[in-house]
Amino acid sequence: MANIWVYIDQFKGAALSASWESLGAAKKLAGDMSASVTTLVFGHNVESVAKEAFEYGADAVTLCDDGTLADFRARPYAALLAKLAADSTPDVIAAPNTTRGRDVMSMAAITLNTSAIADGIALNYKDGLVYVTHPAYAGKLLSTVVAKTGRSFHSQFITLRPRAFPKPEPTAGKSGAITKVEAVLKEDEIATKVTGYSIEEGKVSLADAKIIVSGGRGVGGPEGFAPVRELAEVLGGAMGASRAAVDAGWIPYAHQVGQTGRTVAPDLYIACGISGAIQHQAGMRTSKVIVAINKDAEAPIFKLARYGVVGDLFKIAPALSSEFRKRLGK
Amino acid sequence: MHIVVCTKQTPDTAAKVEVKDGHVTWGDSGLVVNPWDEYAVEEAIRLKEKHNGKATALSMGPEGAKETLKTCLAMGCDQAILISDPALKGSDTAATATALAAAIQKLGDVDIVVFGKQAIDGDTGLTAVAVATKLGWTPLTYLSKIEIDAAAKTVAVERSLEEGKQLCVAKLPAVVSVVKDINEPRYPSFMGIRKAAKAVIPTWSVADLGLDPAKVGVAGSSVTWPEIYPLPARESNVEIIDGSPEEIAAKLADKLIAEKVI
Ligand SMILES: Cc1cc2nc3c(=O)[nH]c(=O)nc-3n(C[C@H](O)[C@H](O)[C@H](O)COP(=O)(O)OP(=O)(O)OC[C@H]3O[C@@H](n4cnc5c(N)ncnc54)[C@H](O)[C@@H]3O)c2cc1C
Repeated sequence: MANIWVYIDQFKGAALSASWESLGAAKKLAGDMSASVTTLVFGHNVESVAKEAFEYGADAVTLCDDGTLADFRARPYAALLAKLAADSTPDVIAAPNTTRGRDVMSMAAITLNTSAIADGIALNYKDGLVYVTHPAYAGKLLSTVVAKTGRSFHSQFITLRPRAFPKPEPTAGKSGAITKVEAVLKEDEIATKVTGYSIEEGKVSLADAKIIVSGGRGVGGPEGFAPVRELAEVLGGAMGASRAAVDAGWIPYAHQVGQTGRTVAPDLYIACGISGAIQHQAGMRTSKVIVAINKDAEAPIFKLARYGVVGDLFKIAPALSSEFRKRLGK
Repeated sequence: MHIVVCTKQTPDTAAKVEVKDGHVTWGDSGLVVNPWDEYAVEEAIRLKEKHNGKATALSMGPEGAKETLKTCLAMGCDQAILISDPALKGSDTAATATALAAAIQKLGDVDIVVFGKQAIDGDTGLTAVAVATKLGWTPLTYLSKIEIDAAAKTVAVERSLEEGKQLCVAKLPAVVSVVKDINEPRYPSFMGIRKAAKAVIPTWSVADLGLDPAKVGVAGSSVTWPEIYPLPARESNVEIIDGSPEEIAAKLADKLIAEKVI
């Protein structure tokens, strides 16, 4: 029977939503291929993630719970993935295209003499191969990528773009068989030591956000982000920014959306005072619904938007915040 | 300290990229240093200045890619090398990494290799890790800070994850990739441009790298790109909402709730 593996990306024992989206994509593919789906849960104190994997649809879980995997480092994770893949050669190994997912998949694939296929937004199974649709040229083109037949290593390594595939509905209480495996590397064989983190707790990450409210040069200065931040908070979303606002030093780079920032694909993207330059579009054009608030009716962002407001963001954004506060009972 | 920076030549970001007869074209728009790589080049130059070392710019591509290598020289890299060979055409990540790793080994005394986060044409972001794996060196990706301890042969870094920053220390040699907030790339100086114009950039072929042509290019690749096509146009019939701010907010709230995005 064909077999698909899904690598579950987790941080400090919590799986990323993108991991379950990848599992959902794999389940769908498994239907076309008549395959079973095994998830790989690597980390330390991550047994709860293994349980969750069954609820999200895994047929089986391979678990490696080890102190060397407490912090993500590419080598111990990739060495383990490469060993498991070499031993069982599943047909497909999928992982979310997150910072960690990309690292571990690229390293394991190269170790096994093959290339990973990055950042898929659609999967199609035909004649024994999986065709991956991948945006290229800063999102201006799409290409289909496929592993060649007759290559030296059988498994296809594929990373999937967060929010490009729907997250499955979990079934509470579903469970299954967990296979426990040992880590491959010992601590003294790992050349990298993690010395700490600087992380803002409770912040919605851009990659995961269902709703993003972004500000551009139109906000006029660091204080101008206040109404943008307020709207993002009322909607339970994350705050984004254009490069112009980041380069002006009004907001940290972590918020930048676009070709040289993050690629996002929320359900709702509200652009406040952003003109919609092609490089900004590269990062947000796959958002489901785009709302543009801009003084200039000719701004290119209106070509992309579903709804447009020609007006001053300092009047519209606060009005939206108070309207939604009422509607959402906040 | 010998720092190598890998750069790729890509179409100008504002270029109108199209597909004609199955090939990607961008009219007469210029080619530039891949935007993400500008930060890598800047970081390589800063590291060499700080550690009194040498920075080498390395690129793989057609003869014309020497133009982008000249930009790297003009910014302050000490030397540049182009890997170019018809046999490399159609290389996937693994085949590209094979060639780059062979060139880094040929250079010999390299301590750290710096990449940009990804190339804006292929947009995979896998090559830095692939090269690290081929070399058996430490991969460290998405760095926003690099501090090298030359005596201890270690590097302390700050990595950008989805959740925030991870701080790590690793042994050299390492292969790293950098993100935008690591630095502000400098403009080439007038003197730099003059020097770069005169510079001779050696070209290394597959044979020069001692590689089997069957291990690179289409032959050495495990994936192919059977199709490339323009993004389907986004329906652009924007619905303009007007009225007073309060009316706009109410109308928009109705619409967004009906769209089920809130
Ligand atoms: C290599 C390269 C990479 C790049 N990468 C990125 C990237 O990753 N992300 C990115 O965003 N850009 C990127 N850019 C920059 C991009 O080309 C644009 O310069 C940038 O997106 C413009 O930002 P903006 O829309 O905020 O500013 P502007 O283009 O200046 O637009 C500001 C808008 O605000 C409107 N406005 C002003 N005041 C108000 C108000 N009170 N209310 C409502 N509207 C108002 C104006 O009408 C205008 O449309 C890149 C450029 C290059 C060359």
